[in-house]
Amino acid sequence: MNFYAIKAIYNFEMARTWRTLAESIATPVVSTSLYFVVFGSAIGSRITDIEGITYAAFIVPGLVMLSILNESVNNASFGVYMPKFTGTIYEVLTAPVSYIEILCGYVGAAATKSLVLSALILITASFFVPLEIQHPFLMVLFLILTAVSFSLFGFIIGVWADSWAKLQIIPMLVITPLIFLGGSFYSIHMLPDIWQKISLFNPVVYLISGFRWSFYEQSDVSLWVSLMMISAFLTICILLARWMIKTGYHLRS
Amino acid sequence: MSPILSIKNLNKTFAGGFQALKNVNLDIHKGEIFALLGPNGAGKTTLIGCVTGLVNLTSGHITVDGHDIYKDYRKTRKLIGLVPQELAVEMFEPVLGTVNFSRGLFGMAPHPAHVESVLKKLSLWEKRKNSMLTLSGGMKRRVMIAKALSHEPQVLFLDEPTAGVDVELRRDMWKQIRELKSLGVTIILTTHYIEEAEEMADRVGVINKGEIILTETKQDLMQKFGKKELLLDLENSLDSIPEKLSHWDLKLKSEGRRLSYIYDAAKEEYSIARLLSDIASSGLNYKDIHVYQSKLEDIFIELVKDK
Ligand SMILES: Nc1ncnc2c1ncn2[C@@H]1O[C@H](COP(=O)(O)OP(=O)(O)OP(=O)(O)O)[C@@H](O)[C@H]1O
Ligand SMILES: [Mg+2]
Repeated sequence: MNFYAIKAIYNFEMARTWRTLAESIATPVVSTSLYFVVFGSAIGSRITDIEGITYAAFIVPGLVMLSILNESVNNASFGVYMPKFTGTIYEVLTAPVSYIEILCGYVGAAATKSLVLSALILITASFFVPLEIQHPFLMVLFLILTAVSFSLFGFIIGVWADSWAKLQIIPMLVITPLIFLGGSFYSIHMLPDIWQKISLFNPVVYLISGFRWSFYEQSDVSLWVSLMMISAFLTICILLARWMIKTGYHLRS
Repeated sequence: MSPILSIKNLNKTFAGGFQALKNVNLDIHKGEIFALLGPNGAGKTTLIGCVTGLVNLTSGHITVDGHDIYKDYRKTRKLIGLVPQELAVEMFEPVLGTVNFSRGLFGMAPHPAHVESVLKKLSLWEKRKNSMLTLSGGMKRRVMIAKALSHEPQVLFLDEPTAGVDVELRRDMWKQIRELKSLGVTIILTTHYIEEAEEMADRVGVINKGEIILTETKQDLMQKFGKKELLLDLENSLDSIPEKLSHWDLKLKSEGRRLSYIYDAAKEEYSIARLLSDIASSGLNYKDIHVYQSKLEDIFIELVKDK
């Protein structure tokens, strides 16, 4: 293993975050606060409790997932697309590194950033609703699994994209709808039968459901199914990223 | 001695179907400076890309210091440093940070003294805290060289290292390249400044349309292809070559004021003396004599034109 290389890539990516520290912190804090003002207080006060949980509290896990998914995909895809765009990727491609080191560096950094963000969001949320987390370890496990697998997914998009438009299109057209339809702001049991069935094809449903269970022991699908689904997604992403780096797909000519 | 870099039957066809390299065979010896010459689009950058891992081979084998570049990529890549043709730098990074990054990427423990000496030699030490954004083009190129040297490579690829570098710095760079050679580093460079190859290289390879058409030591090349031109400044200009000299392959230049004779110094040792005596006996008077030796540039142009 080339640990120096992992460290170099990881630190480089984190340095990018430090350079824009103010934005990095302000964005999630402001947007979470907005969600709470709009959905938690203004609209939420008119919505009845969902399975014994106030609406404002109910949306906390969904909000964290919303941010972590977006941030992971955006950061990781940008992190690898940018050097491809400027040409500096040549150095990584000529360095004595395997796919493992490349992924640890890029994905590790993006996931780290997402985890810090989710902590910030949880802290912000605690100002609006009394937070109770029944299974903190499980919650952290879910966070890590989600941050890592969606950062991997972002990495894949960054390698695949050959234009800025393509870089934006997957997060906008795929990730965002999946999150909004994945039960961030409602329980899928509130949907008509047919839409409940369709929702089960949405991987984000499993993430949010499992994550919510770690807070309130309340979930749309079983915890184990959630864990299995996210593990499967993680595995697929690792295999795909590995294949891309090994064959040089959209990286080497 | 086994070559430090060995390329066997290398072919590269790009995704679009364009064949950029055709059955390239090339051995580079340890410690030499090898200049790869060729017109635009000849395949120089592609060839370097194949060795360094930027281009997937279509077929063929490449070894560096005896190690296969695919099977033993960790070993071979550590040995290689690359300064690519295109400027590609992280705009917001400081110089020192970006050079340290390169060293780490190649699996080397931090070594501030080495990095400092590299930056000093490239006259970048004063700029070490500057972000890349604030450097001039020539400075950026030197940062790229510093990055390539940061991990102490044994084989250094310089893809047009002196493009956009001013004359003084170019000479400086030549000096540094020679210094690297004296440390045992093998250097492969491409250039469009033939004087650079002439000045620096031990051996020259010419590539054209994806084929290596020649590799020779510089001396052999000059000897084999080097021509000399004898020029006589005439007292009175001529309209045509005098009858008496017609058996010599002479040409008139500068509106008949100069007589030119191109010859191969290696083959025709005594011909000049005979020619001069023939001219004297023909009654032509001349004011001055010049002899020009062809440069690598002329050889190169001739070689590429022939094909
Ligand atoms: N990624 C690619 N896809 C398709 N064709 C390519 C690609 N890269 C290079 N080529 C083609 O391969 C040929 C060789 O290109 P290369 O960059 O190796 O030339 P070069 O000898 O380095 O030229 P120059 O002196 O201009 O740098 C060119 O015709 C070029 O158009
Ligand atoms: Mg080139």
